[in-house]
This record gives sequence, C-alpha cells and structure tokens, in this order.
Amino acid sequence: MSEPTLITESAAAEVVAAALRAVAAASNSAELRVARAEFTGESSALARMNASLKAAPNDQKAALGKIVGQARGQVNTAIAAREAELVEAEETARLASEAVDVTAVATRWRPGARHPLTLLMEQMGDIFIGMGWEIAEGPELENEWFNFDAMNFDEDHPARAMQDTFFVDPVDSHLLLRTHTSPVQIRSLLDRPLPVYVVAPGRVYRTDELDATHTPVFHQIEGLAIDRGLTMANLRGTLEHLARAMFGTDAKIRLRPNYFPFTEPSAEMDVWQPNAKGGARWVEWGGCGMVNSNVLLAAGIDPNEYQGFAFGMGIERTLQFRNDMNDMRDMVEGDIRFSQQFGLVV
Amino acid sequence: MRIPISWLREFVDVPAAATADDILAALVAVGFEEEDVHTFGVSGPVVVGQVLETTPEPQSNGKTINWCQVDVGEAEPRGIVCGAHNFAVGDKVVVSLPGAILPGPFPISARKTYGHVSDGMIASARELGLGEEHDGILRLATLGLDPKPGEDAAALLGLDDFAVEINVTPDRGYAFSIRGVAREYSNSTGAKFSDPISRVEPFEITTEFPVTIDDKAGIRGRTGVNAFSTLVVSGVDETRPTPSWMVGRLTLAGIRSISLIVDITNYVMWELGQPTHGYDLDKVVGGLTVRRAKAGETIVTLDDQTRVLSPEDLLITDDSGPIGLAGVMGGASTEITSTTTRVLVEAANFDPVSIARTARRHKLPSEASKRFERGVDPKIGFAAVSRVAQLLVGLAGGTVEPLGTRLDLSIPLPPIDLRDGFISKLIGVEYTDAEIVNSLEKIGASVEAGAGILIVTPPSWRPDLIDQATLAEEVARIIGYDRIPSELPVAPPGRGLTRTQRLRRSLSNALAAGGATEIISYPFESRAQIDVFGGAAGGETPAVKLANPLDAETPYLRTTLIPGMIEIARRNLSRGLTNLALFEVGVVFEPAAGAKYGSGPLPIGPAHPGVQKLGELDASIPPQPWHVATMYAGDSIEKQPGLAAAPSGLADALASVEQIGHALAVDIRVAKGSHHALHPGRTAELWVGDRSVGFAGELLPSLAEELDLPRVVAIAELDLDALIELARPEVSPQPIVTMPAATQDLSLVVRADVPAGDILATVIEGAGELLEHAVLVDDYRGQGVPDESKSLTFALRFRAPDRTLTAAEASDAKLAAVTLAAQRHGAMLRD
Repeated sequence: MSEPTLITESAAAEVVAAALRAVAAASNSAELRVARAEFTGESSALARMNASLKAAPNDQKAALGKIVGQARGQVNTAIAAREAELVEAEETARLASEAVDVTAVATRWRPGARHPLTLLMEQMGDIFIGMGWEIAEGPELENEWFNFDAMNFDEDHPARAMQDTFFVDPVDSHLLLRTHTSPVQIRSLLDRPLPVYVVAPGRVYRTDELDATHTPVFHQIEGLAIDRGLTMANLRGTLEHLARAMFGTDAKIRLRPNYFPFTEPSAEMDVWQPNAKGGARWVEWGGCGMVNSNVLLAAGIDPNEYQGFAFGMGIERTLQFRNDMNDMRDMVEGDIRFSQQFGLVV
Repeated sequence: MRIPISWLREFVDVPAAATADDILAALVAVGFEEEDVHTFGVSGPVVVGQVLETTPEPQSNGKTINWCQVDVGEAEPRGIVCGAHNFAVGDKVVVSLPGAILPGPFPISARKTYGHVSDGMIASARELGLGEEHDGILRLATLGLDPKPGEDAAALLGLDDFAVEINVTPDRGYAFSIRGVAREYSNSTGAKFSDPISRVEPFEITTEFPVTIDDKAGIRGRTGVNAFSTLVVSGVDETRPTPSWMVGRLTLAGIRSISLIVDITNYVMWELGQPTHGYDLDKVVGGLTVRRAKAGETIVTLDDQTRVLSPEDLLITDDSGPIGLAGVMGGASTEITSTTTRVLVEAANFDPVSIARTARRHKLPSEASKRFERGVDPKIGFAAVSRVAQLLVGLAGGTVEPLGTRLDLSIPLPPIDLRDGFISKLIGVEYTDAEIVNSLEKIGASVEAGAGILIVTPPSWRPDLIDQATLAEEVARIIGYDRIPSELPVAPPGRGLTRTQRLRRSLSNALAAGGATEIISYPFESRAQIDVFGGAAGGETPAVKLANPLDAETPYLRTTLIPGMIEIARRNLSRGLTNLALFEVGVVFEPAAGAKYGSGPLPIGPAHPGVQKLGELDASIPPQPWHVATMYAGDSIEKQPGLAAAPSGLADALASVEQIGHALAVDIRVAKGSHHALHPGRTAELWVGDRSVGFAGELLPSLAEELDLPRVVAIAELDLDALIELARPEVSPQPIVTMPAATQDLSLVVRADVPAGDILATVIEGAGELLEHAVLVDDYRGQGVPDESKSLTFALRFRAPDRTLTAAEASDAKLAAVTLAAQRHGAMLRD
C-alpha cells in the first residue's frame, strides 16, 4: 500500500501539462495509445490522484474531486481530439498510398463482339416485328421444289440456270442449298393461316467464288405479305417505312421495272440514302414485286381472293453501303478485328 | 445487250444532244438496268491525210520503212514514218496527229525514229479499233470514201459513235435487238419509232426451197420449230471486206468482225433479234429436214468439235446428215468459206425449251441460243432473210434468186381477258381506261373492248404476256413506277419473336458479353474434317455431299461447327491475333446413318401438291439442327501490370458452357467424357438430364500441332435445338428468404479418381432442403491425406425459410450429407 497521492492544483496542472505535451507529440495512433496509457491508465498520476480521493477528508473531497475531474477531462478531451486528427491523417495517407494509374488498371474482361451481319438481320427483323409482322424460318438445305418450282421457276427457264445453284449429290435427289430466302415464302404460305405478314432473314448459297463483291455463302432478308386487297402501293409503303427506320426520315424508295419468276409485276428497288458518307445517293438495294399468282396457287391459295407482295435484299450489301465498306471479304473471313469494331451493336 | 447509238437512231428519234446517261436513264425507266457505256477509245486529232511523197529507206535490221510527206489539211505537209507498203502517193489515209489517243489507250506523240521525227502516225484499221485488219494501213478508197485532207476522220469512220449496255431480263427476249430497244426507248420518251421490220422489202419467191419439219414428239409437248424461212443469194464475193461502218457497229456491240457474210448475219441478228445462218449452198445435198437427233448420231460443228448428240437435240439436216445444231451452232460441212458463191440464208424460229436444253447440254451458249431461249418473234423470219439478202446484194455483190422457203407454223398468242379494275387494284393506282389501252397499244398489243373486260392480244414478240398480272406490269411500267404511291399496310397484331428466336439472341449476346467474338464460317468441309470432328467415337460420319462444290477438296456440308471455326482461328493466328475467343451459332447438316434423302419426281405445275406429297418433300431433307460452338486459344487474360497472364484452356470452354446454360435457362451438367479428337484427360461430356447435348474439351495436342494451332485449344459444341427444347419453360422463382444464414465448411476425404462434381451432387442431395448453396473451395492432396486420396472442401450455406437456424440444425444437415457421401463414395469426414 503506497502513500496516498497528494492532490494539489499545481500537481494536477503539472500532470495535465505533461499529458498535453505527450498527446501533442504523438505522431501516430500507436504513440497516442502509449500516451493514453501513461496519462489515463490505472497507474497514471491522475488515476492515483483519483484513488486517493477516498482517503481525503470529507470536507475537502468535493474541491479535490473537482481538481482531479477537470484534469482528467482536459486530458481525455485532448486525447480524443488528437485521435480524430491522427485517424483522419492516417486515412488520408492510406488513400494516397492506394492511388493507382486509372489509365493502366489491369482488366480481367476481354471484349467480345456480335457479328454485324447477324445484328443487322436482327435490327431489320425488329423493324417488322414493330409493325406486327413475324419472323419465319426455313431450312438452308432445301428440296428443289420449294426453292424453284413452287416459286414459279419453270424447269427450263433461263432464270433457273442463272441461279448458280449448289446441288446435292446425286442431283436427281432434288436437294440443293437454297439460292435465296424465297422458299420461306412458300413454306409460310403453306404453314400459316392467312393473312400472312412475315420476314425471313437467313443464309443462302450460290456458286460464286469469294471476291470483293461476291461470296458463296451470304445472307438475305425476305418479306412477304398476303392479304385481301394488298397493292403495289402497299409494297412501296412498307419498303419506305423500312428505309426510313434504317436510314432516317429523309430516306425514300425508287422502283424500277425488273423480272423475277415469283413476282408480277416485279421491280428493282433503290433506296435514297440521305446520310451516306460522301453525300446522299441512290443505292440499289434489292428486288420486289406483287406475288405471282402461280406461287399462291402452289400454296393452295385463291389468287382471286388474296394478293400481296414480296421483297428481298442482301444483308452483306446492306451492311456494305450502310457502313461504307468496300470489300465484302472482311465480312466473311472471321478476322476478329472486323467484328470488334462493332461490339454489340451495328 | 450493247446498243450502238448510231444504229438506235436509225429506228427511233434520239435527240441529237442526248448523252449516254440520258439514253440509259430512259431505258432504266422502262426496266432495263444500265450496265456500261462503250466507246472506241479514240480522241484528239485523228484526220484524213493524203500521201504526197514516199521515200523507201532500207534499215540495218532488214526492214524498209517509208518516209512520207502527208497533207493533213495544214499549210505544210507533215513528215511521217510508216512501216507499211500497201499504199501509194495520192492515197487518202487516216493520220493520228500528236495529241491523239487510239484504243489501247495508245497516245500519239511526235517521236524520233529511224533517223526522222515522225510527226504523227498513219493508222491501220486495227489501230483504230475497226477490226483485226493489220496487214497494212487503212486506205479510205477501199471504203469508197474520198474526203478532203484535214477532215475529221473519227467522225467520218463513225469512231465518235458509242454504245450503251443494258441488262435484259430473261422475260424480254425481244429486247435483244436494236428493234426491241428502239421501241422501248420510244415507250419511255415518246420519241417516234419506226419498226425496222416494216422497212425491209421482202423478196419474191417463185420456187420453193424444200424444207421438211419432222418433230411430232417435240419436248414437253411442244414442237421444236415454229417457223422456217430461207432465201438463196448467188454470185456472192465472200472475199470482200466488211465495210468499216458495219465493223464499227459490230465492234461497239461487242461482236468480233469475222468475214463479210458472217458479219452480215450477225448484224441482222443484232438489228432484228432474229438469228440467221448462212450455208454454202453448193455443199448442201438436197433439201433441208429439221428433226431430232438419233441416239449416237454425231455432228462436227463450226468450231471443228465432234459432238455426240442426244435424241432431244434438234438438227438441221440435208441428205448427207446433220448440217447444223438448230439454234445453237452451224455445222462444218456446209460452212461458208472464201470460195463460197451461193448462200442459202436461213432464219428459223425454234422452241425456247429445246434450244435451252441443247445449249446447256453441249455447253454452247451463243448469241443465237440466248435469243431463242428467251423467245424470238416468230413472224420476222422472212424479213430477216430478206434483210440479209439485201445486204449481200449491196455489200457482197450477190443476186437474190427467187428460190426460198416461207414456213410459218406458229400458234398465235392467245388473247388475255383483262377485267376492268384489275390493274388499278393490283398496282394501287387509279389508271384511266385510256391510259391502259394506250400503254398496251404502245407495246404492240391490240386491244378490244368486251363486257366488263378488255380483250388484249399480245404482239407476236411478247410471249411473256400470259395473264392479267403481266399486262399490269406493262401498264405500270409504261406509265411509270413513279406513279405508284406509298401506302403502309396495317398487319394484324403480331406475337413478337418466338421463344426459340429470343433464346438464340440471348445466347449470342451472352457469349459476346462474355468476351467471345461471333463468327460466320463456311459450311464446306472435307471428308477428313467431318470424320475427325463429326462423332465422338471416330469413324465415318454420315454427311451430305455436294454435286458441284466450289472446291473439290471440301464437298461435304458440316455436321459440326468446329472445323469451320478452326479455319477461322488459323486465319486469325496467321495475322498475329493469338488470343482468341470465338463463337458461332448456326445450323449443321445431320443426315442419319443409313437414311436415304431426296425426293422422287417433283410436283408439276402451279397447284398445291397435296398433303401427302408435301410430307414427302419435307421428309426428303436431312435434319438441320442449330448448334452453338466456342473456341479459346492463347491467353484469356493478357499479362498486365500486377496481373499475370491467364492461359486459356478447358476452364474457358466450360465457362462458356455456363454462359450458354445461363443465357438459355437450362441446367447443363458437366461429366467426364471421351472424344477421339479431344485430350483424353480434359474432355467433358455435357448433359441435360439424361440427354447428352455436347462436348467441351481441349483438342488433342497432336491434332492441334497437325492443324498449326497452339498446343492448348479449348472448344465446346452443343446442340442448341436440344438445349432450347430442354430449357426450363418459365421460372417460378423461390420467394427470397430473409432469415439469417448459417455457414459451415465441410472437408471430405475421397479416392482421388472420384469426380468432385459427383461428390458435390451427393452433398447437395444429402444435406437436404436446409442447404441453400454449396460450392467446392479446395482440393487438397498431401500430408494428412492418404495416398490416392484427396480432401475436398465445400463451403455450405444453410437457411431455414421460417426461423433462425441453430448451429446444431446446420451441423445435423451437414452430417446427413457426410453419411450419404460415405455410403456412395466411401467418403470420410476430415477433421
């Protein structure tokens, strides 16, 4: 049992002054903890003073208690203030130390990409979905009847020889790689209830060697509308809507007479591309016309009751003029640098 | 079809100022797509010169050149060096002066040669683009020309003429002629048209040249000959040169000048659209018979090829046998030669189908067959032979004999009943009756009014006009497609994309967002490619073979997406792009083993084939399921500051499988698998329920090396149709429980060869409903674990829907998992 510590104002002030010096001198949390232990711990001078209050005469207890209390209060306040300062400084230092070069942060992600041709088919399909049309599909390896006969190609018609068809071996199996998306027309008419409003995007094949403007495997989108009273004016209206949706409100359609076995009258369509690089221009876009009555008859539809229109355009060609590309080969070679320029949108 | 403009002007009033673009625009408006413009390529000063003086100068190289003084209409003559000797002083010639450009292009300048400065060039016919004649220079006197020196020789010779080239669609055979194009130009512009047929004076025949038609069977019920005309011209001098104006027009039309008589027959074909043929009558034995070939019969054609004939081939024969393959090519035995004097001129009208088949069979597409295939006016044969005769008289010194043939067996084109209002309802334009009648008359049809209809008889040259719709096109075309307004039709409300279509898009977007790049590969493969990647077990995979592949090495259609993807990977690698993540979504062609595909004869004619026949046609096609494939090579994460490179491998392929499953909402289970093209220790078979849906793995390193690929190439391929079929139809989500979770780790010691996936599945099953989530976090082998064993640690998260779980409850569930794992796999709890 040690001697009770004598409580005096000067002794307390001395302790407080020493404590405040120590607190101010603490340059980090660890030093502050040491100072806190020294000046507020159980064996600190102030603790001892506090303990000795018990032994103080009763009439002095209040005054001495106030001296000790004030001293402890001053010390604790100083410690708390310093602690706050140090925490903030340390956090600031830590943040500073955590800084990185944001232009060179390592990435765990690698960029993928959709192919612009499939994206463009989706976009064009969506424009028709927005008008209530549906997307129809058909096989790429087709029976000749769907590709030619049902589409009103006479077996000896020059147009049939013009198609540069891949035939399956043996040729008398009547199987071929579809030369156009048009067989989906006859399939839609056979499978769906009337009226029919469909588009059919997809892959088609012709025996062309790959060069800047040809590829043996390419894509088309076909449109077919069969209803009561559809006219060639409706055909133009539909194409013009598509053109505007794709090329802006100033786009328009020009029709020129042409020939296809499956339409009559037939037309070649040009689109006015108002936002083309190098200035607005007419661009050849595809073929179209009023569905030939023989096609309707092949599907068992009465051409006196129903009529309608069909159209088709190449997706590669559309991408070519829409995105100002010269060489078709980039679209088919699969070089990842090509598609990655587009990312996930076309 | 190329149309020299000077020729067009003979039959329709083309404004003098019309440019090639103007003329093309007029033809485009009525349906003839523009292709090109052709000129002689002659420009600058090309003038008439008169030779004043020639000095032959022998040269050290053995040649003798002529040093000429030529009057070109200037104050002083020009000195010109000329190597030719076929001219004399006083001759008028064509001189291209410095600054001129001749076809080639061959620019002319003053140049020093043979010790002189040659101040221009005296031109040959060939140098001017007027045929092949190059034995000497062109003397204008041979063309019957005597112009003044200095005159514009280009204009004099028609070298300022040009041709427009248009694309003629297969239905418009009549437009393979100046006659047809002139009429269409008139239809487009209103310019006055004069039919060249009406300008030909037909010659008189007093004696019939015997022609027999023997074709009762025909092809597809149609006789091979519809009309046959001949005319005999004697005293012809075949050695005369073709006049330059004709050579010029033929050249612009794209036809090589051959000899006078051949040139004349070609000229008339171009002008009228009627192919004609000249026989050396002295070599013809007896009269002509048109008949089908007998099996095994042969003919030597003009190109000196012996051709074995089919019984479908239509022949022109005389008493000696075949002398021509009708409508396609003449025979060698009656060929016109320089000694020919009597010419039998023939113009026939053959059935399109017969000629098309013969031309295709013998691979002999010609200007004649092209016209017959598309239909030639059957009424102009005699006008054509008369026109040829007229030119033979005028240019070859011939005399027309009153000996010939004028057979017309053609069936008139049937009239079409055109209902009132039909055209307006089809086109969507209210045409007046006058507009309709006027348009149809412009194209040469005759129109009569009936009750509620117009009775329209097409002109003989328009066999394509067969129904009301074809007439509608004519009216719309002649009045102009620009009259057609724009009216958006209203479709019935649609159902949007189908589920399959939505899932395919979701899949592609997920894979692309996951870092893979979409490719579209060609589906043409070799037998070896099919067999390596076609089936897991190897061996011959059934595949569809093309009859006419572009590359004989790759005649098969893909049964898997991998070979096409490898080709594209190789292309990228060869371009230095070494870190690859690719995907493709596309169809493959999967004939079943032993199945026979294809159909019998196709339905004929425009009618519904019937349900049974349709079923047969559908069944004739092999299955074509959609597949999805991915491929990874190089690094999946490139080396970066503070981050090591992560080489890609099986993990990437399996991650893509997870992306695929996630995108399609289908639970794909990974199990150890075996595929003969894949690494035996790094192959997973992919399952949905008990159905195998594909493989993921690394290529066999030896195969990768063979294919010039890096050692590690990871791939995955799945049957997308199956995935979509097996995908969860729609999610009924579990309500989200907010009670506190209890987490525990579980370490089990099992034999090293037991797949961790099996243990995980057992743990999940054994732990029961309180287990919310379980994942493998460690695979430890070594000290503390027996040999041939491994310790697998799973992190488990338990949760009860209605209460806070106690530690005891979670432990009980865990122990239940341990018990089941012990039973099934001999697993032991590791402390």
